Amino acid sequence: MTSLLSTFQLTALPPAAAAFRREVKAFLAEHLPELPPEKRARSWMGFNAGFSRALAGRGWVGITLPAQYGGAGLDPFSRFVLVEELLACGAPVSAHWIADRQSGPLILRYGSDEQKAFYLPRICKGEAFFCIGMSEPNSGSDLASVATRAVPEPDGGWRLNGRKIWTTNADRCHYMLALVRTSGNAEDRQRGLSQVIVDLSAPGVTVRPIHDMAGDAHFSEVSFEDVMLPAQALVGREGSGWEQVNAELAFERSGPERLYSSVVLLDTWIAALRRVPEARRDTVTIGRLVARLAVLRAMSLAVTARLAAGESPVVEAALVKDLGTEFEQSIPALAEAALGADPQLAADPGLYRTLAYVSQVAPSYSLRGGTREILRGMIARGLGLR
Amino acid sequence: MHNAYSDALDTVLRDCCTPAAVRAVERGDDHQPLWQALQDSGFADCLLPEDAGGAGLPLDELAPVLFTLGRHAVPLPLGQTLFARALLHAAGLAVPPEPIALASFDSGADTAPVPGGAQAAWFLVQEDTRCVLLPRAQAQASATGVHADLAVSLPRPARDGLPAFTLPAGALRQTGACLHAAQLAGAMSHVFEMTLQYANDRQQFGRAIGKFQAIQHQISIMAEHVTAARMAAQIACAAGGWRPDPLRAAIGKLNASEAVTPVAAIAHAVHGAIGITEEYDLQLYTRRLHAWRLADGSETYWGRVVGELVCGLAGPGVVDTVRGWSTDAA
Repeated sequence: MTSLLSTFQLTALPPAAAAFRREVKAFLAEHLPELPPEKRARSWMGFNAGFSRALAGRGWVGITLPAQYGGAGLDPFSRFVLVEELLACGAPVSAHWIADRQSGPLILRYGSDEQKAFYLPRICKGEAFFCIGMSEPNSGSDLASVATRAVPEPDGGWRLNGRKIWTTNADRCHYMLALVRTSGNAEDRQRGLSQVIVDLSAPGVTVRPIHDMAGDAHFSEVSFEDVMLPAQALVGREGSGWEQVNAELAFERSGPERLYSSVVLLDTWIAALRRVPEARRDTVTIGRLVARLAVLRAMSLAVTARLAAGESPVVEAALVKDLGTEFEQSIPALAEAALGADPQLAADPGLYRTLAYVSQVAPSYSLRGGTREILRGMIARGLGLR
Repeated sequence: MHNAYSDALDTVLRDCCTPAAVRAVERGDDHQPLWQALQDSGFADCLLPEDAGGAGLPLDELAPVLFTLGRHAVPLPLGQTLFARALLHAAGLAVPPEPIALASFDSGADTAPVPGGAQAAWFLVQEDTRCVLLPRAQAQASATGVHADLAVSLPRPARDGLPAFTLPAGALRQTGACLHAAQLAGAMSHVFEMTLQYANDRQQFGRAIGKFQAIQHQISIMAEHVTAARMAAQIACAAGGWRPDPLRAAIGKLNASEAVTPVAAIAHAVHGAIGITEEYDLQLYTRRLHAWRLADGSETYWGRVVGELVCGLAGPGVVDTVRGWSTDAA
């Protein structure tokens, strides 16, 4: 019952992963575009296809995929290192992010040989960007209520109708991996759901970008009107979409991206503090944040070790994500208090803009990938309370 | 967090350090039988080298032992004593058989609260780089006036004529921070188990209160904080030998202390009024949580230490800084 607590073991990165970090740092020194902090703060929401293809040139898109498909065949520890380095400097990684983290590993695990041979090399070359079609206008946290439906056609294909929403980068991606209903009806809940790959250039697909409160348009509403999918659009077994999606969420929730969303702001804040007189530095707040990060990083690494061992630590990942996003959200909250207390700090234009951006988008940290309430429900179930 | 050593200690403590025994020591009853049992278990010498009759335990293997002391709310300063013995032995000084508490005078204050000092026969006192072993008879220690408190208030001692040795400034406080981080994680784990059990047992509105979503989410939050504190304890005890790494001790104690407020608050909220009674065991552990949060530096104390360090660095980003403190291979 409380075994959940004892699964977090302090884990050191193995030497090979640590050595890999030097390669990543050298690559970034050469290829990272020059960007102001408020742009770097967008990080895994920052889209730069050229940068993603440069990474792909090193085999680092689809980093965990086998070499036969063009991947680097590296373990989850190496992926941890790559992701950590990319996020620490605010690299614009959003173009290939989903394909590398989720779609590629999912196709490798559940896809047919034909699907693997088609999609995986394209992912690894940075030529196939993926988005995820889960949420719908009437289906948010209650994901099992998805109503987008793929109806079987006589030729074995599928006719797709419905709408997806909050789909990150749908307007710039090539494919969507969508959770849709292929059999049964709403009362069947999880049963009858499947995952299909939708070519977003197909007739009947309409993508409408949605602007957010920070002025960006990173997510979209996607409509499907009689979109014809070939038989091979189905990934895995018909009706197994729910379990496949949940396996995917262990990858989605456990990584360092759930700790580092506002790390560019923290670094920008500390750099500005170094320019004000020592007596005016709120060192207690900075020290608490940095020490907190040390523990959260160790927890994330402990989950990575479970992934590397071939396990699916779904509840552990939920626990780290809930703590991690709370930390990510505390940074803008504390920085806002600090800037409002010291005009000299607020006069730093880069810090001011970075803080404003992060404060505005920070609520999304605990929405994307599963809300706080969903995660806490999962933890309670893991503890035997539900 | 357990290993063969902590399993053995757990067996001893289940027998001799029951809640009733803890209450008796806190009341001021004779603590000698409990100390004798602990002394006989050999754990007070576990950091000493094998040729000195110890087990030569490295710090990471000691972590579960300290955790177990916290789990049982042990009312005697065994954690402090085992470090004090190792320090005295390393300095070539005689090791007394009685309990020893650790006191640091590094803040300019003239008196220091000494955790675990109530039953200590000796105080190992550090001021700047100088450590002395002060017998209780000379210590002028006074009670804090807090009900059932295990801490005492110690005035800055005259050091003349006492056995002395040198340590890097702050080393004793770092040691105390390390051991309290691990003990906090142990006590919090026990508080968590009590709370989870209570939520499953206590019936209201016709069902166990743990079936209510509001309670479930509170307990989930508690689980998150306890898990973080357990990781903090492992970090505090990650070191090459038996001496704590100063920064990891700081990070560990800071995070363990940080968890105290939410963990204690949720435990008491879930338990309701029974939780604040003397007769129910929860208080034995939550009083420790508050005492140990203060002991050898709260999150604010260590936050200042870490923050001044970070702000004084020339420029690496925080991720590189944090990684540099971790146990990752270089």
